[in-house]
Amino acid sequence: MSMRNNKNSTQKMTIAESLRLTIQQEMERDKKVFCIGEDIGIKGGFGGAFTVTLGLSEQFGHERILDTPISETGIAGVAIGAALSGMRPIADVQYSDFLFCAMDQLVNQAAKLRFMSGGKLKVPMVMRAPGGATTRGSQHSQSLESYFLHVPGLKVVCPSTAYDAKGLLTAAIRDDSPVLFFEHKLLYGSKGNRAEKGSISPVGEVPLYDYTIPFGKAKIRKKGKDVTILGKLRSVYTALEASKILDQHTISCEVIDPRTIVPFDSKLLFNSVKKTGRLVIVDECTKTGGWAGEISALVQENIFKYLKKPVVRVTAPDTPVPFAPKLENFFIPQAKDVVKEVLKLF
Amino acid sequence: MNKKLLLSMHRKMLTIRLFEEKLNSLFLQGQIPGTLHLYNGQEACAVGVCENLNDKDWILSTHRPHGHAIAKGVSLQSMMAELFAKETGCCGGFGGSMHVGDINKGSVPAIAIVGGNIPIATGVALSFKMQKRKNVVCCFLGDGAINEGAFHEGVNMASIWGLPLIFVCENNLYGASTRIENMIGVEKLTDRLKGYGVKSFSVDGMDVTKVYTMINNLIKKIKFGQGPFFLECKTYRFVGHSRSDTNKYRQKSEEIFWKKKDPIIRIEKKLVKEKILDTLSIDKIHEEIKHELNQAVKFAKSSPHPKILNMKKYVYA
Repeated sequence: MSMRNNKNSTQKMTIAESLRLTIQQEMERDKKVFCIGEDIGIKGGFGGAFTVTLGLSEQFGHERILDTPISETGIAGVAIGAALSGMRPIADVQYSDFLFCAMDQLVNQAAKLRFMSGGKLKVPMVMRAPGGATTRGSQHSQSLESYFLHVPGLKVVCPSTAYDAKGLLTAAIRDDSPVLFFEHKLLYGSKGNRAEKGSISPVGEVPLYDYTIPFGKAKIRKKGKDVTILGKLRSVYTALEASKILDQHTISCEVIDPRTIVPFDSKLLFNSVKKTGRLVIVDECTKTGGWAGEISALVQENIFKYLKKPVVRVTAPDTPVPFAPKLENFFIPQAKDVVKEVLKLF
Repeated sequence: MNKKLLLSMHRKMLTIRLFEEKLNSLFLQGQIPGTLHLYNGQEACAVGVCENLNDKDWILSTHRPHGHAIAKGVSLQSMMAELFAKETGCCGGFGGSMHVGDINKGSVPAIAIVGGNIPIATGVALSFKMQKRKNVVCCFLGDGAINEGAFHEGVNMASIWGLPLIFVCENNLYGASTRIENMIGVEKLTDRLKGYGVKSFSVDGMDVTKVYTMINNLIKKIKFGQGPFFLECKTYRFVGHSRSDTNKYRQKSEEIFWKKKDPIIRIEKKLVKEKILDTLSIDKIHEEIKHELNQAVKFAKSSPHPKILNMKKYVYA
């Protein structure tokens, strides 16, 4: 019997390994699931820009690990068409920045076809999109989650651990709505010459059996009582790092990872903020019109009277992502920035 | 061509024409909301294509979709109710004129972004092939769509994967007010397809029997594993691009030239000549369809409005 059927069996793995295992298991389970994207299955190729699909074409063949031309509109459109007619595509665009090439398909088509058909169509597709600043300059470094927050009809998922990556991707593949699945380049944990400089690469115990993590269920990464810090993807780790420093100032931080931002677990956040009275949102998306501002408004509309201090946003500034490492470090919210802002609240 | 087929195609084309005429008059009376892109003149394209298809073959349509949907078998009642923005419409009143369709009839609710339906059609055809379904996909597009990036990506992908797909380009000479020949760097629209390795054909889109026969042959080739194909239907819209367009950019002589090719008059002449119908029986068919349309209007008017509580329900599956 395969290890995978052993309910008790877990294995230490990176997020890239966890995602690969998930795709493999879901493709074994359901013939309708297939992968489509650039450089995902070429023999001797990359297995996707960040190795997530490495080796899968050997198991499943090139029809189910389907390499495409460099055509992001085409990839998104084909995934939508396949999803409408009975398949469950997992599409891949190498870098989330390239999603802009596919915006009509994602925003006008995938997000709206169900609605415009009066609920008769469904578009069960996953669009995997690696984001985050990694010294690649302005067109290969953006965090785009906030853009898609503004599109009713799309779900937006942001895993930060290997365990969550598997449970959330499994749920995304089985979901009947289009899901944008954002992965952070510094969290993959790719090895050897594919390793990212400055990588955080969380390694975690991942069950080998299949499981799902329902969307809209946030996770408390660290319990605390004085201030709530909310962050997604890499910012979860920035928040945790800040909370350690703040421990030394005897400020107890509660760190919350939303795991999915659409749908968003406002209940868990509200309960935390009601307790702490303070909220700091850390995010690698740029500030204006972003997720952090949205959460700030949500909190103030609903639980204003519990707030002891104004909600604080620690985000990237309103500039393109700079290339120079020194500037990029300034662009990305750092633990010290979070510490500085939290200290001002006391 | 057999009698039954000719009669069926005549009735469908006439139904589309009378449906559009009815809509136009309802619209001018202020009875239906929104805008309209009418199909008058192009009926032979939709009917010549769809008469070859069954409910499991899919079509993808455009911002000018009424003719395609009716030809594919979407009910007049549900079409009319959709145009009246009613809950009984084919899209529950959530689509409107530019998004009509019924997936149970193989008519994907229409996509109104020019060219946006093309890569989606490629995806449907890919999925049919992966699932080993023996059906075909027909993707309607206008001449204007061939200048969209989505056309390039969708057609190329269909070509490299050899998909069971026919791109049906209704060349009515104009993208809104702009003549297609001024917007392409090749002599003929079909010259483009050489660059994709896709076999292309042109047909008189004002003659339903020619469109029918051409599609019939292409489907046979697809059943033998060939495809995709591109078919240019040379046609003309007898009305403006949309509700406010009075066609000032077209020559009257050009309009007269094309109206002489009216596909419905043409098939009626053929039916009379071949003694399949006489003028009296043709009049009777007109009356029957008008009656059906009046019934559809009655149904639409008496139907309930869509419910606000369903707005949220239809955002996510």
